[in-house]
Amino acid sequence: MSTGMDLQQSFVQWLEGLGLTPGVAKTLWMPLPMVAVLTFATLWALVATWLERKISAAVQQRIGPEYAGPLGMLIPLADVVKLLAKENVRPGKADRWLFTLGPVVVVMSVLLAYIIVPFGQHLVITDLGVGIFLWIALSSIAPIGLLMAGYGSNNKYSLLGGLRAAAQSISYEVPLALAVLAVAMMSNSLSTVDIVEQQTGYGILGWNVWRQPVGFVIFWIAALAECERLPFDLPEAEEELVAGYQTEYSAVNFMLFYAASYLNLVLSCLLVAVLYLGGWESPISIEALAAWLNLSLDNPLVQVIAAAIGITMVLIKAYFMLFLAILLRWTVPRVRIDQLLDLGWKFLLPVGLANLLITAALKLAFPAVFGG
Amino acid sequence: MSMIETRTEPMVVNFGPHHPSMHGVLRLMVTLDGENVIDCEPVLGYLHRSMEKIAENRTVVQYLPYVTRWDYLATMFTEAITVNAPEKLADIPVPKRASYIRVIMLELSRIASHLLWLGPFLADIGAQTPFFYIFREREMIYDLFEAATGMRMMHNYFRIGGVAADLPYGWVDKCEDFCHYFLKKVDEYERLITDNPIFRKRVQGVGVLSREDAINWGMSGPMLRASGVKWDLRKVDHYECYDDFDWEVQWATDGDCFARYMVRVGEMRESAKIILQALKGLPGGPYENLEARRMAEGPKSEWNGFDYQFVSKKPSPTFKIPKGEHYVRVEAPKGELGVYIIGDDSPFPWRWKIRPPGFVNLQVLPQLVRGMKVADIMAILGSVDIIMGEVDR
Repeated sequence: MSTGMDLQQSFVQWLEGLGLTPGVAKTLWMPLPMVAVLTFATLWALVATWLERKISAAVQQRIGPEYAGPLGMLIPLADVVKLLAKENVRPGKADRWLFTLGPVVVVMSVLLAYIIVPFGQHLVITDLGVGIFLWIALSSIAPIGLLMAGYGSNNKYSLLGGLRAAAQSISYEVPLALAVLAVAMMSNSLSTVDIVEQQTGYGILGWNVWRQPVGFVIFWIAALAECERLPFDLPEAEEELVAGYQTEYSAVNFMLFYAASYLNLVLSCLLVAVLYLGGWESPISIEALAAWLNLSLDNPLVQVIAAAIGITMVLIKAYFMLFLAILLRWTVPRVRIDQLLDLGWKFLLPVGLANLLITAALKLAFPAVFGG
Repeated sequence: MSMIETRTEPMVVNFGPHHPSMHGVLRLMVTLDGENVIDCEPVLGYLHRSMEKIAENRTVVQYLPYVTRWDYLATMFTEAITVNAPEKLADIPVPKRASYIRVIMLELSRIASHLLWLGPFLADIGAQTPFFYIFREREMIYDLFEAATGMRMMHNYFRIGGVAADLPYGWVDKCEDFCHYFLKKVDEYERLITDNPIFRKRVQGVGVLSREDAINWGMSGPMLRASGVKWDLRKVDHYECYDDFDWEVQWATDGDCFARYMVRVGEMRESAKIILQALKGLPGGPYENLEARRMAEGPKSEWNGFDYQFVSKKPSPTFKIPKGEHYVRVEAPKGELGVYIIGDDSPFPWRWKIRPPGFVNLQVLPQLVRGMKVADIMAILGSVDIIMGEVDR
């Protein structure tokens, strides 16, 4: 079954209509999604930094950025320009390769993971059979970059920060994977598109958050920890370790870390939307609406509108979660490293395992509801 | 059973003077084993300004503008002790009205000091938002100070035998409004902070100081009271007119960072209570009534009486500190602020020894952080509440 638009097919068909061979047409298509992802992911991360300022200002009874553009919206761009213009300093006794490669590894691993985020049936770069597994695998590369940065900086604060980052990522990877596993089990697939497909058709009632409330909470906590957001921003821990692994970084390298951190946050929020909040599905299902309006789903106009609604829905859900994350950051204090590890290993892990077991049991007991 | 033991070389890390959450210019040489603190040594002296030596070359009035730089967040207390010491030595009476005004100023200053402890303390454990809230209230206190003294931070308001000027028109109402507003805001802080589970986990059972240790180390102020010693100089020494008011000494028994937090929050409420009572009982009432009545009734008015003056007698710039020695102390927000003064019948004190609470309270830091985690250093140091201005002087 294939509903919705297939941009690749249309594009290739259009090029073939111009007289190109199918091979050339497909090659011409290939860079487009990558560029699109790079552009949009960066844009969303910039929006996230702007939101961070505005929401934190609202929380703290301040105004926040105001003069650069409407509501200070140009501030993120000014940041980028400033950081690009600054001198890129590398400490004399830092390890040249580790120091330089650290941020690159971190950013690359996050950016790569964007290829599995679906915005519609075919609005995804690649519909991999192992989509969500790929994300988990990729996200465990980032701590290596942090460790490289922390160790290569030749700074004690950075070393502690890098080690904390590694410890934290490793401990929260496990409950995260368990939470995702329960969803994958219900959807009978690791592909993000299938996971969303499985939630469609019943509007808001079909979303995984109702069937996986515990998993949703575990995933959210673990995702926050993976993104190093407060209350789990121990690797940076400005008040304790100055800035942890970032202490020695300036200019572009610093920007890469920051971009990675916000890209990662946006990505996590997008994945929460995909895994638990029905992805591109709107609260009232498009199919039901189309049937009610007596329109065929194959109607091109309906398809375009449906795709637009789908993209909007994913973004709205993701940014709602982002709002919660920012609000959380400016409300709670930071946990201590041993408390963080306790929470990960002694609470989230057993609860995650229990959740997985219960999901399996429910799947056997009620196959109709839990995707048997 | 034999266990595999992993050993790491201890790592010596300098926290400060450049560290973002090191208050002022304190330097901590911390020995770390991974995340665990093995040892900690505070290093002082980066701010030393010879405060005591300078005092010995100044008359009291000359020195007064300088003293607010000891503890620049609880400025009124440094002025109070600077005038109290020669006052006690020379046995100078203070009019009741002046004493009430002093109490109001001191308690406002206590609130301001505790506020500016609360914000950074929470920032030290990662919560940035309260920092902005506390400034909202603190600005209002500084507005009150500005209205009464002409300056927001370094006031130069206290004089031997009273205060430099009477309260301006409308100040009493303004201050009363502030107190009512502030009590509600303390509730807001408590709602935001006190029951936050992460905050509780970060501060409860951290930096525990037993009752015996607190006494033996010479702790004072909230550090002492949080360890279960109900010792408040306002009650103990009966100085100024604190006995006229109905208020409680805030204390707790746990001796941890949370107990210190609770003691300070409680003290802010009590201070507001004291101020409200003092405003109500201010001899002569608000300034406008007093002056108007004094004018109307002429030279025989009872309002010309001693107790309704804001200063007993304008102190001479060459006021001679009489021969003798004395140790005078007040209950500053951070603890016992004392001055040991020796006079030899000259305008300059022969010896002026300051006993700053922060300096004494800081001694116990190594003991408190030993065996804790890196993150606890900041929580504990924050809860000790030091100001390097008075530690290094």
